[in-house]
Amino acid sequence: MPPLAQRNLFHDKVRLAVTLTGIVFSVVLIVVQLGLFLGFTTATSNLIDHSNADLWITSKNVPYVEQGVAFSERKLNQVRAVPGVADAQKIIARWTQWKRHDGGQDSVQIVGINIDDPMERPWNLVQGSVQDLKSPDAVILDDLYRQKLGVTGIGEVFEIGGHRARVVGFTHGIRSFTTSPYVFTTFKNAQNYTNLREDQTMFILVKVAPGARLEQVRRDILDHVRDVEVFKTAEFSRMTTFYWMFTTGAGVAVLIAAVLGLVVGFVVVAQTIYATTVDHIREFGTLKAMGAPNSYVYKVIMKQAAIAAVMGYVLGMIVSVFVVHGSQKGGAAILMPPSMAAGMFFLTLLMCVGAALVSINKVTHIDPALVFKG
Amino acid sequence: MQSAIAVRQLVKKYEEGSAGTLALRGVDVDVHSGELLMLMGPSGSGKTTLLSIMGCILTATSGSVRVAGREVVGLGEKQLPALRLEHIGFVFQGFNLFPTLTAGENVELMLDLKGVSAAKAKKRAQELLDQVGIAEKYASFPADLSGGQKQRVAIARALAGDPGIILADEPTAALDSHTGRNVMEMMTDLAKKRGRAVVIVTHDSRVLSFADRIVRIEDGAIARNTEVETVPPGLLAQNLPQASVGLV
Repeated sequence: MPPLAQRNLFHDKVRLAVTLTGIVFSVVLIVVQLGLFLGFTTATSNLIDHSNADLWITSKNVPYVEQGVAFSERKLNQVRAVPGVADAQKIIARWTQWKRHDGGQDSVQIVGINIDDPMERPWNLVQGSVQDLKSPDAVILDDLYRQKLGVTGIGEVFEIGGHRARVVGFTHGIRSFTTSPYVFTTFKNAQNYTNLREDQTMFILVKVAPGARLEQVRRDILDHVRDVEVFKTAEFSRMTTFYWMFTTGAGVAVLIAAVLGLVVGFVVVAQTIYATTVDHIREFGTLKAMGAPNSYVYKVIMKQAAIAAVMGYVLGMIVSVFVVHGSQKGGAAILMPPSMAAGMFFLTLLMCVGAALVSINKVTHIDPALVFKG
Repeated sequence: MQSAIAVRQLVKKYEEGSAGTLALRGVDVDVHSGELLMLMGPSGSGKTTLLSIMGCILTATSGSVRVAGREVVGLGEKQLPALRLEHIGFVFQGFNLFPTLTAGENVELMLDLKGVSAAKAKKRAQELLDQVGIAEKYASFPADLSGGQKQRVAIARALAGDPGIILADEPTAALDSHTGRNVMEMMTDLAKKRGRAVVIVTHDSRVLSFADRIVRIEDGAIARNTEVETVPPGLLAQNLPQASVGLV
C-alpha cells in the first residue's frame, strides 16, 4: 500500500505534535499512577510477603498488620503442639517513637524478630548483618530513611520509646506504606521499645511441616488455640493491601488518576485523527470512487492511529523511565515491571485505534457526490 | 453491439424532507466502446447525477443501468465498489490527486486497490506516466505540477485499473486552451485507439469538436442526443444550445 497513512500523519507537523503530546501525557500518567499503585501495594504488605511463614496468627479482629493487638506469648507453645506445625515464632510489629539527636521525634514501626529463625528477617542488607542484631540495643533500618531519622552512620545511638538503640546496619529498598519506617531489632528489644510486657507478643508466624495440608493445620490451630485468628500468608497480605489501598481510598485515587490519563489520551487522539480525517475527506471520497471498499479506507485510518500509538508509546516510555528512575530515592517508589511496559504498549495501541473509530463513522457516510464538487 | 453503458428509463429523486427533487426523469442513453460521448446542459440539469449513476457512485431511484453488461440498479453498497474498480476509471475536474503522495504513488494507489504487488505497481505506474507524457514527474508531488500535468496523472491513475469505461467530469475546466486540447487528445486516444467508452461532462464549448456524440440534458431529461457529424459544422464553434439541433 502506498504510504498514504504515514504521509497524512506527517503532513501536518503541528497536528502530529499535538497528537504525540496527548499520547505521551497519557502514557506517562498511566505508568506513573499504575506504578505508584504497584509500589504502594508492594509497600503495604512488604513485611508479610517477605516472611517465610505459611500462616500468621493474630489476635481477634485484626484487619491488617499495622492493627495488631498484643496477646499472651503462652499461645506460642499451644501452637507448636498442633500437629503439622514444623515451626512457630513470635514477632512484634508495632508503632513507637524514634527520637532524633535534634530532639525531634518520628513514628517508626518496630519489627521484633528471633534473629536465629529464618521466618522473618530484614532483607536487602547493604551494611551490617542480621547477626549484628545480637549485640545490645541493636537496630537495623533502611537507608531511605536515614535523613528522616537523623542517622548518619553505623554505631550511632538514638532513643526509641525511651530506650537506647544503636544502629548496626542498613537495608536498601524496604519501604513502608505509611510514613513510619521499619526498624528491625530483636524480639526482646522490641518489647522494650513498644512498651509490651515480657509475656506478650503481637503475632505468631507458623511454618507448616512438609506434607501437611495448610488448610487443615490452620483449622487445627483454631481448634486448639483460643481467641486468635489464623490467616494464610497470602490472605493476610491481601487483607493488609486491601485496607490501605481501598478502605482508605488511597488506591482508588491512584487508579482514578490512571483512568483519567487514559481518557485524556483517548480524547486528544480522537480529536486529532478526526480533524485529520476531515481534512482529507475529499481524498477518502476519491478512494471510494476509485473502488476502494470501506475496509481499505478504515485500514488507512487505523494505520495512522497505530503509527501515532507506536511513536507516542516510545516517547512516553522514555519519559516514564526517567520518572521511575528518579522516584527510587523517594519515599514512594514507582514500579514498572516489564509486564507493565508491555501491557502499556497494547493499551496505547488500543487507546489510539479506539479513538480512530470516531473517524470511521465519518468516512463510512461520505457523500459520494463530494468527488464531483470542484 | 452491446453497449458499455446502457441506461433505460432512469429516474433519480433526491429526498429532502417532505419534498423531493427529481434530478433525472426517465433518461435513456447508450455509451459504446470506442466512442467519446459528451454530456452537456445548464447547471442543475442532471448531467453530474447521470454521470454519478453511470459510475455506480449514486444509486438510481428506478430504471435500468447496465454497466459492462451487468445490471447495477438494486446492487448494494458492498457490491458497487468492486464494480467501479473493475470497469470504471474517473477523471475529475479538481484532479482529486492525493497531495501527500507523489505522482507515481497516486497511480500506484489504484494498482494497490487492484491487488497488484508493490514492485509491479511501481513498474506499471512508470509505464502509465510515460504513456501520458510525464514520466519524469514520477517523484513529484501534485503541488509541484502544473494543471495539465496533474490531469495527466489523473488520467494515468484512471487507466491504471485497465477499465473499459472512463468517466470524466469537466476535465478541462481548470486548464488553459492549449493544455485542455492536449487532455482532450488523450481522451480521444483512449476512445479511438484503446477502445474505451469515454463519457465527458463539460460546459467547455472549446472541446465539442472532439465528441463523437453530444447528449444535451435539460431539467433531468434528454433534450437532444446528437451524432456530431449531423450537426452543421459552423454551429460547433458556437455556443452549445444551437449545436444540439439535429437527428438522434
